[in-house]
Amino acid sequence: MTSSMLFNIATFSYLISMLAFFAFLATKKKEVGLAGSLIAYLGFIVHTAAIALRWKESYDLGHGHAPLSNLYESVVFFAWTIILIFGILDLKYKYRVVGAFVIPFALFGMAWAQLSLGSGIEPLVPALQSNWLLYHVITCFLGYAAFAVACGLSIMYLIKAGKEESPTTTQAGGVIAMFPPVKVLDDLNYKAIMVGFPLLTLGIITGAAWANYAWGTYWSWDPKETWSLIVWFIYAAFLHARFTRGWVGKKAAILSIVGFAATIFCYLGVNLILSGLHSYGGGK
Amino acid sequence: MATSNRGFLQALWDFFCSLKLAISLLILLAATSIIGTIIPQGPPPPEYLQTISEAKQKLYQTLGFFDMYHSWWFILLLYLFTVNIVACSIKRLPRVWKMISEPTLVMDDGFQRSLSLTHDFKMQGDVATLRDKMTAFLKGEFAAPVITERDGEFHLFAQKSPYSRLGVYVVHLSIIVIFIGALLGSFLGYKGYVNIVEGTGTSTIYSRSGQPIDLGFTVRCDKFSVSFYDTGAPKEFKSILSVIDGGKVVIDKRPVIVNDPLTYKGITFYQSSYGPAGEGGLYHFTVRERNGGSPVKVSLQQGERKPLPDGSTLQVLEATQDVSQFIPQFSGPAARIEVTPKAGEPKAFIVFQNYPNFDEQRGGKLVFNYLGSDEKMFTGLQVAKDPGVWVVWAGCFLMVAGCCMAFFMSHKRLWVRVRNGHVTMGGTASKNPAGFQILFDELVDKLKKL
Repeated sequence: MTSSMLFNIATFSYLISMLAFFAFLATKKKEVGLAGSLIAYLGFIVHTAAIALRWKESYDLGHGHAPLSNLYESVVFFAWTIILIFGILDLKYKYRVVGAFVIPFALFGMAWAQLSLGSGIEPLVPALQSNWLLYHVITCFLGYAAFAVACGLSIMYLIKAGKEESPTTTQAGGVIAMFPPVKVLDDLNYKAIMVGFPLLTLGIITGAAWANYAWGTYWSWDPKETWSLIVWFIYAAFLHARFTRGWVGKKAAILSIVGFAATIFCYLGVNLILSGLHSYGGGK
Repeated sequence: MATSNRGFLQALWDFFCSLKLAISLLILLAATSIIGTIIPQGPPPPEYLQTISEAKQKLYQTLGFFDMYHSWWFILLLYLFTVNIVACSIKRLPRVWKMISEPTLVMDDGFQRSLSLTHDFKMQGDVATLRDKMTAFLKGEFAAPVITERDGEFHLFAQKSPYSRLGVYVVHLSIIVIFIGALLGSFLGYKGYVNIVEGTGTSTIYSRSGQPIDLGFTVRCDKFSVSFYDTGAPKEFKSILSVIDGGKVVIDKRPVIVNDPLTYKGITFYQSSYGPAGEGGLYHFTVRERNGGSPVKVSLQQGERKPLPDGSTLQVLEATQDVSQFIPQFSGPAARIEVTPKAGEPKAFIVFQNYPNFDEQRGGKLVFNYLGSDEKMFTGLQVAKDPGVWVVWAGCFLMVAGCCMAFFMSHKRLWVRVRNGHVTMGGTASKNPAGFQILFDELVDKLKKL
């Protein structure tokens, strides 16, 4: 049993889970929705085991380190955090249908990692040999995952709000009726960002602490640092916009989607397009 | 005149207090920050300048896009942002503080109507008994209440985590603290670098603009070494550093690697680069006849030409500590040497320290073996002094604490009015109304069982 085999099983589980959630949308059968959640949980358990096994495998190779050091490992971990946040939301609020809009993010990440990213276990270059790697990556990705869930919820909000506004409501009783009420979607979007924002803040701070420890500068306006600040500004604007009445609902949903787009650019775009300290993703 | 002046000041104050300004500034800062991630910062490289027109280049220069985060208008945005935060906080803080320090103790009918959660029910007992019962109940299940008597009725007020309302102001304060820390660092600290050759020391480093800075003590590099993984990727850069202050060795042979810097008197030295010192190193080889004979040791400097036993001469063209960056299939030290026979053309080839039998395959009359060099290395250290960094960390700590207060804690308040045979409970929370409703309903259930 190798970790990459387990990762494949996890990816496959998320695929089945997503299909189950789509079937749930079509059939409205509760059991199908439950199956979607259970398969996602099963995938999550396998996924967790795979990450642990990969960790052990790196020790077997003689240069043990947490599996968070290159683009492949970070995408795999990102998918894991998305399922984690979805699981918490699913268990706490029981709006099962949200899975249809969140699982695809994790599935897409896993499929991309499995199909086109180099999965070799590489030893750590000197700059990455630090415990800060763990603190920094875990806080950042938990934050990113919360924003991913918020984005999924915002997409649902826009679909539902759009349908409710349009005069031809012949179909409104269909799939859309299963969505949580718009007020709930709006509230959950806000709650997900409320969790993600402090985590992103912590991620930026641990990154700054690490940079200070490794290079003597906690902030150097490196593209990655700047983009993390841009994301922080956007979500800070989102939170402040909540206080003024006009910025709930549609505007908030759009801002949440813009925020997640910026998050994805901060995560991938900076590595693949711009150059800087976090160029671990380039060329792999 | 005076009134219009006051009117202007009032308008200015209102402008800076507005939440709309805050949102606009946040979005503006986010949008403008993108510029510096696309346009290269610092002195623009010529190959970049070739890709843009001269007019564009002039425009970028004028707008400070090449040092975007220190341009006057970006700094101005940051100052506006700071003033905005301060003004917003000053405007709203007194009201919040009043809510914390002078809570509404009495739930009258008007106030009761403003609460979304209320419950009204009959209870056996006279006023004093009910009051004591309710006091004990609140104390046990929620928080110790403040009791107020009015017109023969008793009003109980209890609250939990009122200070969580200050969370947002703690976050605002933390941003100011971080800015202060950054300013302290930029005025009182410096960033520099220094290269130290193995076996030597220095007390002068250079700022980024090349200005010499006197440390007041000496840093010596006793040894520098670099190791590699089998893949050729660097594993560790290590300098052994000593600090000599006032003629005494105060830090002796401390290894400094990436992610483990050395700090002395508030000045920190970070491993950052390395290279050959390019002075006086000797390269060592052995050479033997292919058809027998014991190996002879030859040592020479770069540029030097040494005679070999068979009359030919040897010269070192170049050498490296790690060949894998040039020839990925090989690793370790290697040298490119040139052998000139007595009569004939000179021949250049590479010998590797890690592959002692490699040169046999060349088929030459002489077989060479590279033993390595004792060429000295220099270690490149980043030097930083930042007395503001602790202020920045304090600000970061405040920010995380403030975020937790603001996002994860809720100010919960309960009022109970006790009349003869009649009890009314009302409640409200600053956050998570759904969660508070569950708590409220549970309390009502428990109350009914009393």
